Amino acid sequence: MNPLELGRFALGAILAHPMRSVLTSLGVVIGVAAVVMMTSIGLGAQQRVTQAISGLGSNLIIVTPNFQRGPVSQAAGAGVSLRDADAEAIRKQVADVAAVAPVVRGQGQLAADGANWNTRIEGVTPEYLDARDLTIAAGRMFDEREARQGRKVLVVGATVARELWGDDDPIGRRVRVRTVPFEVIGVLESKGQSGFGQDQDDVVLAPLSAVRSRIVGRRSRGDSVQTIYVKAADEESLDRVQEDVINVLRDQHRIRAGEDDDFQTQNMASILAASQAAVGTFTVLLAAVAGVSLVVGGVGIMNIMLVAVTERTREIGLRMAVGAKRSHVLIQFALESVALSLVGGLIGLAIGVGGAFLVAKLGDWPAAVPAWAGPLALGFSVAVGLLFGAYPSWRAARLDPIEALRRE
Amino acid sequence: MIEVRDLRKIYVMGDEELAALAGVTLTIERGEYVAIIGPSGSGKSTLMNILGGLDRATSGDYRFEGEDVAHFSDDQLAEFRNRRIGFVFQSFQLLPRLTALQNVELPMIYAGVGVAERRARAAELLERVGLGARMGHRPTQLSGGQQQRVAVARSLANRPDLLLADEPTGALDTRTSEDVLALFGQLNAEGLTLAIVTHDPEVAQAARRRITFRDGLVVSDERTGVPA
Repeated sequence: MNPLELGRFALGAILAHPMRSVLTSLGVVIGVAAVVMMTSIGLGAQQRVTQAISGLGSNLIIVTPNFQRGPVSQAAGAGVSLRDADAEAIRKQVADVAAVAPVVRGQGQLAADGANWNTRIEGVTPEYLDARDLTIAAGRMFDEREARQGRKVLVVGATVARELWGDDDPIGRRVRVRTVPFEVIGVLESKGQSGFGQDQDDVVLAPLSAVRSRIVGRRSRGDSVQTIYVKAADEESLDRVQEDVINVLRDQHRIRAGEDDDFQTQNMASILAASQAAVGTFTVLLAAVAGVSLVVGGVGIMNIMLVAVTERTREIGLRMAVGAKRSHVLIQFALESVALSLVGGLIGLAIGVGGAFLVAKLGDWPAAVPAWAGPLALGFSVAVGLLFGAYPSWRAARLDPIEALRRE
Repeated sequence: MIEVRDLRKIYVMGDEELAALAGVTLTIERGEYVAIIGPSGSGKSTLMNILGGLDRATSGDYRFEGEDVAHFSDDQLAEFRNRRIGFVFQSFQLLPRLTALQNVELPMIYAGVGVAERRARAAELLERVGLGARMGHRPTQLSGGQQQRVAVARSLANRPDLLLADEPTGALDTRTSEDVLALFGQLNAEGLTLAIVTHDPEVAQAARRRITFRDGLVVSDERTGVPA
């Protein structure tokens, strides 16, 4: 016989009970929708993390003091071990370095023209812009000379400018930073929200020596810095530069072989890889949980197919009496189960994709439906239909025609 | 056409063995019109199921046109039922979701007949049994007599060699029974071989040969030549 006819039989049976068929498929609809949504959200998160981390600057190595040195972990700041001299040494001794930027950080209240704003204050050198891939939107950055002299000038982030002066031009204005008067000479180009929920525009930059002496001075040694950003010339040299930085600093700090570093270096590429791996693992976990509902959907199909076989025992008997082979009955019921599951899968895919875009819109999140979501969802639903339709179909096929015809 | 030798069908129920057929030997020639009668439990339905390839004998020999049906595989039996046998059941056994026309088409679908051809043939058969005007009706929209005529049309779909009917008038009133019997008479007159299991003396009267069963054995086999 023509195998298409078996498909027609299966469709006929499905369409004979539209409501029941829809409810049967519902489990697969939910399962597939959940899997598609979870993988899409996961992929979106991964892209977001990538964006965020590469937003910190490319080819960047971040050197920070290691607070966990020794048997007792110390309070933050207590173990500050990086010095101006370290940055100088890196600049002089390491090849393929595009920028070295030591940073001193503080937090403080800014007051200007009747407005107040509390923000991060970073004491930096002009190279900092280069290291962090920042650009100036208006005005200018302070130069080497101003930095060395510790002039009280500020380059403000977009958020700070907006909060203090609204739409007015901030250049040339006076600001009190913890009572110390500064002059605004530039505004940073906006970088927007970072992936970690931090506003990257909520910051002001000032010459390192000015910040050190005027703002954080009393709390730390005269030449210490909190972070040194080292930008490698290119991606290829990143790992080697990191290695060299470690060696130079061990030398500087007179750390003997076998002793632990009193600082740590993080390479943006490895942070990126690690975060992506973490998000990836999370996505797989979510998808697996969603996959469980797909299995539950399959069990629902199996349940209804078993009911259908019982209900249609006489039909099966009659089909066998007029010439259906066992394989015909088997395939007819298997197709029915696969069709139920596949339709569920298609609807679930549509809902999943729609849901992913909705979540992306609501959560200000990049919508990223992976290209393989479609084939995967459909493949899975066919597999679920086959797997959970197998037992009911086998039951139908092995019925004894005489018994089946007698069944009421 | 049919040769059955020492056919036995034993059902095992717990410790007891029950012989539905206890060694039946008979021959049916092409073109015969046979009524199989006997009390319930005498084995006549069992014989019919075995003759139709729905069931297998426990032992014995069954040849149909020389073919060894007793040793057919499941698939061979399915094909045998499809091409060689037409079944008519007491309870009609029409599929409720399908129209009269689709019910008649069913055996032809399994035989691999194309859509146009089987539709034409099904329509022709329904005309033939007097239901030309009701082809699009579903079984629930038809009377018992009409349903049984659809079933007869279906049994003829693949031009079978043998029509087997199990109490075909059992669920019908006298008048519609007569219609169905008249149809059987015509079919036989055209050369179709019929074997009918029945309790109904009128049906038995219509046949030209009566085989009586008791306790799984043939107790009488009489030919009347012409229907009474």
